[in-house]
Amino acid sequence: MIAYALWLAFAAYGVSLLFCLYRIVVGPTIPDRALALDTMTVNVIALLTLFGIQHGTTMFFEASMLFAMLGFVSTVAFAKFVLRGDIIE
Amino acid sequence: MELIAEIVVTFLLLCGAYFGFVGSYSLVRLPDSMMRLHGPTKSATLGVGSVLVASLVWMPVFGGIVSWHELLIPLFLFLTAPLTGNFIAKAIMHLSLRPEDLPKPTTGGTWRTYGHDSRPPVPETEGPNEK
Repeated sequence: MIAYALWLAFAAYGVSLLFCLYRIVVGPTIPDRALALDTMTVNVIALLTLFGIQHGTTMFFEASMLFAMLGFVSTVAFAKFVLRGDIIE
Repeated sequence: MELIAEIVVTFLLLCGAYFGFVGSYSLVRLPDSMMRLHGPTKSATLGVGSVLVASLVWMPVFGGIVSWHELLIPLFLFLTAPLTGNFIAKAIMHLSLRPEDLPKPTTGGTWRTYGHDSRPPVPETEGPNEK
């Protein structure tokens, strides 16, 4: 039962990544693309956790934590750059 | 015990898959930038949160590993999702919205993010010695 739910979650998050990719390619403005990149990191965190469940290891949690931190910092830096034209003033 | 854990993990995985899919589908479906901001900052974090809780339930029961540090990831995401939403909303306000088109804040003036000149006027108060 868990295996089927795992494959369905893999499929759902894979299609979600494709939706984010569509918004990055098409997106009319720059904040749309930044938001789609942020959503992409969130989806990748979920995919890494699903890989961890499938392989039965906790090795992927550190990678997920790194993805969360890097996604947050990069999104904030990008939005700050769009807002002010500079990151550290 | 294992059956209960299996049902709980399956439910949480389906819930996480549904919310993650909805949060990313709103990026494609919704027409406006501000509307598109609504989807991922709420639904994707809820989806990731339930996937991580599913992992938290799965690991001790089926994997034989007791670990609590995956709770750090949803905690971090819940802390940072409003911040990124606020920053991206301010970027949208600066890039593609004019201050005249926005609804006015209730304290008067215009929105603070448009600069220092947009603060509401300070009301005239009497000094402490003038009575």
